[in-house]
Amino acid sequence: MQSFKKIKTVITPLDQVNVDTDQIVPKQFLKLVQKSGFGKFLFYDWRYDDQENLKSDFILNNEKYKNSKILVAGDNFGCGSSREHAVWALQDYGFSVIVAPSFADIFYSNCFKNGLLPIVLEEKIVEKLQRETGMIEVDLENQIIKTSSEEIPFDIDLHKKQILLEGLDDIAQTLQYEKEISEFEKQSKTPSVL
Amino acid sequence: MNLVAYSSTNQSKIIMGKTLFEKIWDAHIVVEKKNNPSLIYIDRHLIHEVTSPQAFDGLRMNHRSVRRPDLTIATMDHNVPTTDRSLPILDQTSAIQIRTLEKNCKDFGIQLFDITSHDQGIVHVIGPQLGITLPGTTIVCGDSHTSTHGAFGTLSFGIGTSEVEHVLASQTLWLDKPKPFEIRVEGKRKNPHAVTAKDIILSIIKNIGTAGGTGTVIEYRGDGISDLSMEQRMTICNMSIEAGARAGLIAPDEKTFDYLRDRKYTPKNYESLVDYWKDHLKTDSDAKFEKIYTLHIDNIAPQVSWGTNPGMTCDVTESVPSPEDFSKGDHNQKKGAEKALEYMDLKPGILITEIKIDRVFIGSCTNARLEDLIEASKIIKGRKISPHVRAMVVPGSQMVKKQAEDLGIDKIFTDANFEWRESGCSMCLGMNPDILSPGERCASTSNRNFEGRQGTGGRTHLVSPVMAAAAAIEGHFVDVRKMDLN
Repeated sequence: MQSFKKIKTVITPLDQVNVDTDQIVPKQFLKLVQKSGFGKFLFYDWRYDDQENLKSDFILNNEKYKNSKILVAGDNFGCGSSREHAVWALQDYGFSVIVAPSFADIFYSNCFKNGLLPIVLEEKIVEKLQRETGMIEVDLENQIIKTSSEEIPFDIDLHKKQILLEGLDDIAQTLQYEKEISEFEKQSKTPSVL
Repeated sequence: MNLVAYSSTNQSKIIMGKTLFEKIWDAHIVVEKKNNPSLIYIDRHLIHEVTSPQAFDGLRMNHRSVRRPDLTIATMDHNVPTTDRSLPILDQTSAIQIRTLEKNCKDFGIQLFDITSHDQGIVHVIGPQLGITLPGTTIVCGDSHTSTHGAFGTLSFGIGTSEVEHVLASQTLWLDKPKPFEIRVEGKRKNPHAVTAKDIILSIIKNIGTAGGTGTVIEYRGDGISDLSMEQRMTICNMSIEAGARAGLIAPDEKTFDYLRDRKYTPKNYESLVDYWKDHLKTDSDAKFEKIYTLHIDNIAPQVSWGTNPGMTCDVTESVPSPEDFSKGDHNQKKGAEKALEYMDLKPGILITEIKIDRVFIGSCTNARLEDLIEASKIIKGRKISPHVRAMVVPGSQMVKKQAEDLGIDKIFTDANFEWRESGCSMCLGMNPDILSPGERCASTSNRNFEGRQGTGGRTHLVSPVMAAAAAIEGHFVDVRKMDLN
């Protein structure tokens, strides 16, 4: 996983609550067996009409937001299906940060496995950010979003921040606890499956 | 199992009880660090074809093996066709995904119930019916409806593909501890054949919202829960994720122990395990829940969803609400409801029973078990579906299909012009050819009514199996309480 660097970009405002992972990547694109290339399927049914032409009224299709790396959305972002393809699609499309008043649990957890930063902010602040048209900077190290007019602090669990900043391999870390896992298995009462 | 804590002020001894969830959690901690996630041991890992290929790739790239193939079980359910199993799979990308799972299971020594197996089925249906799901265990799967297994007093939840890889490699996960949430279901349903477990869980989601359970593990309690059969309890726990909860669970009782006795993979020392579970797997009377919600079910009606998330649901006797009424002053919810009504092509004020349907789907990990099919068949028996409706039954597993056929239930459905299919996830998520056409409206026993869920442009109304059966007959929604059972 790549380590998370400072980001400077315009914001893409997605003024919607309960954006579910079925919208982020519709099911017909879940059949790939690799992690790459999901960006073109991001918000597929919202981005394209049935002739596969771009819909001009969908925010991502606005030229202004073409190189945006931050998506700012409504409450309960990423609800529904556990598909990690949603995170892969957001990243492959170019997003590095998602801001929302709240995230669904599985989506939130999936973000950190891939270096995507989810930031939780109060609804009022999120709505203000959605109106921000200038360049903004996200500084994870100092936990600050800098807009043209202010600095907005955000909270993040220290452990998760470290994972993103260092781009840590989760599994390699866990396997250092081999002794503890083996000891747990010795005393476990749970039978094998078959 | 009581935790002994000492208050910092007067050093007096305080005994704090634990919830069932906390007991299972504590019994699975491998590593615990203050203010950090805990390393939790996973007893059962279920895998399927859609969310596992990238995880196996990751193992290969890093030269890692599967730590406990004996705790890992695989099946193919999400994209398998529900037509004749002897025919080749026409969709090449689905075929590749299925072959990839076969190869991965072979390479890493994992037991697979493949498309030809009598034990194949939706992963959350086969776990319990094979006796793989056991009380007190931790169970994960790369599928959000893993919460289903909580009906047996397990801590079960959906994970992403990176976590699938992590569990394959280490049989553990780093997890933040969710908060315990008590949902009490009190009272007795007047007509339990018409007002079902599906109506209870839809009522709960309607009331607490689709994010009402975020960050929590729900324990369902009360006489309204203990009255339910195991299959009904699975319907309840299955949709915990639709309320945003990490997991849902129900303390095991005699019904639980009876259900799992003598299954194909029930452990040999089962009775001694039962003795242990009886003593340990319950919430202490003095345990504290972070949140509590109570639903009284004496007078609840059959539920029908009208919008594009499961919280957008109302009684069958009601009409489609206006966005103002639905949102109760929240402008974001109001906007959401306006968008939902536009997508669903519905106007506020239309009676639910006036909504005509084109398709009926009885299936999914929510409602495709034997009892669901038996109950729906009582509505269907001796009747024909409406001529403008296309209806299908997709049993939750090949075993459910066989059991239903042994009872002659397939005949009741086919006589009524239902299609009777092979098992799989099918039109719940439409990854296989079973999908809605744009604009088609479906009465579905599944769990999600998101935009395009059952096919691009398709419109889904979530209902119970008996409500779906009644709608198939009449061609529009009806209050199933008014229909005679045959």
